[in-house]
Amino acid sequence: MNEQTRLLPHSRLGWLLLAALLACLVAAPHFVSIYHTELITTAMIAAMLALSLQLLVGGTGLVSLGHGAFYGLAAYVVYLISPEAAARPIWQTLPAAMLVAGLAALLVGSLSLRTKGFFFLMVTLAFGQMIFFVFHDTKLGGGTDGAYLGKPLIQAFGASLDLPRRQRPLGPYYVALIQLTLMYVGLALLMRSLFGRILEGIRANEHRMRAIGFDTYRYKLTTFVIAGMLAGASGHMWAMHRGFVNPELISWHKSAEALLMILLGGLGSLAGPIVGALAYTALGEFSQLVTERKLLVEGLVILAVVLVLPRGLTGLARRRKAAELGPDG
Amino acid sequence: MDDARGSALLETRNLCRSFGGVSATRDVSIRLAPGELHAVIGPNGAGKSTLVNLLSGELAPSSGTVHLAGEDVTRLPVHARVKHGIARSFQRTNIFKDMTALENVRLAAQAVHATPGSLFRSAWRARDLVSRAQTALARAGLEDRSAAIAGTLSHGAQRQLEIAMTLATSPKVLLLDEPLAGMGQEEGLRISALLKALSKDHAILLIEHDMDFVFKVADWMTVLVEGAVLAEGTPDAVRTNAAVRRAYLGAQR
Repeated sequence: MNEQTRLLPHSRLGWLLLAALLACLVAAPHFVSIYHTELITTAMIAAMLALSLQLLVGGTGLVSLGHGAFYGLAAYVVYLISPEAAARPIWQTLPAAMLVAGLAALLVGSLSLRTKGFFFLMVTLAFGQMIFFVFHDTKLGGGTDGAYLGKPLIQAFGASLDLPRRQRPLGPYYVALIQLTLMYVGLALLMRSLFGRILEGIRANEHRMRAIGFDTYRYKLTTFVIAGMLAGASGHMWAMHRGFVNPELISWHKSAEALLMILLGGLGSLAGPIVGALAYTALGEFSQLVTERKLLVEGLVILAVVLVLPRGLTGLARRRKAAELGPDG
Repeated sequence: MDDARGSALLETRNLCRSFGGVSATRDVSIRLAPGELHAVIGPNGAGKSTLVNLLSGELAPSSGTVHLAGEDVTRLPVHARVKHGIARSFQRTNIFKDMTALENVRLAAQAVHATPGSLFRSAWRARDLVSRAQTALARAGLEDRSAAIAGTLSHGAQRQLEIAMTLATSPKVLLLDEPLAGMGQEEGLRISALLKALSKDHAILLIEHDMDFVFKVADWMTVLVEGAVLAEGTPDAVRTNAAVRRAYLGAQR
């Protein structure tokens, strides 16, 4: 049986492009400035968030505006459990951040997944904003100003990535790259599994899935929690990389931004959110260079891309292949 | 009378369902025996589809019960009833259009036959599910179309696919909501032969508008009018029933 999995590359070319992207990311820090290394790190963290959201949007057909809240919440967890003077090892901070994000997703998901479509969008938005206001309006995490982590170091088994100043960005860069790669591989395996086929069925026709015997609510909730935990991993990395947290990390703008990245990169593939996040970050940098009206330029470019390429940037590779092989390819 | 038909596999008792004060199903008590092809007929709006939805679990009854093999399944949701052996097809073709025919049926097999432990295994290693799906496709007469994208199949083949999907869940009871809808004569003949064969090892509840077809294949018939059972019996008994002729057959012909 050789059927294709929808969100994965459908051709050797697709896999080659993906490998090339990985190779570029591995090599990049040795060719670009410290500033750009940190910029790509930030983009990869955004890519993780968008990738985790893609499991819901492209994978299951669930568009959530509360997803960013799990990301921000996880960043705050890192702040809250990190002592002032020392760094906690990553094997404590990462599971803690993912666990809290996952529990929050379980709570939010178990209620919001009883609704559909537009109502689901609004209910997730409302829950996300509730979490936002917890940190915005209380002194729990420094209030509206946010707070700095005492010692934002990635540390594991006694060894910490405490590099000399000039190489300092390399640690978080590669930790983020490894996490992003693992997340992609994990989600690719998930989509190929029997579980992934259920998600695909729910996306295509949930009503029919129930009629052939699937308890779709349970599968959607499981997926919502997995996606929330992965968003947590992304938020954890953000706190580690940037060393500070503020309520903006939790607000619905984060979810909207991740949705834009998915749209830009392509709804129909797991690579879409990664390409989208990199392109979105590059676009932000570029428009800052050429104009003071950054958001306007960004908006226009994204609009143009979405209109010209309804399948996003990753759709380009697929379109060429379709032209080569004909409609049956 | 009921004793002659053996014990009931699926049975409703005083089933009622109303929508905002309008009764769609009134006090319906029917029995479906194993190996029986039981046709439910009635004019448009008689509540036939509502009855199927009550049996499949898509709708909850306002009152009354549904029993499967003696077990009360009235409160079970759709997906749980499938696992108990009630499968349905839809009046309007309801398939996964972008997937292959095989994948449509494989998903149905997965719903009932996949073990929880295999959930995270690669979908294509689950050979047992694929072979179940192939068996169901073959039974529905689609063995040579398994690789076709479901949405590109002919209308008749899509109706067959609907049936193959229900078969892949290894049902005891098949609820078929107008399996002949929109079919040509030749396709219709194929389906009627299929239903006859299936009725040997399934209890089938059939809703169908084509009266010639129904009277030919059914073992037992129930006539619904305005949500209530007007008459029931063998096709011959129903054909000669005066009330049925007045209320339904006379009006149509």
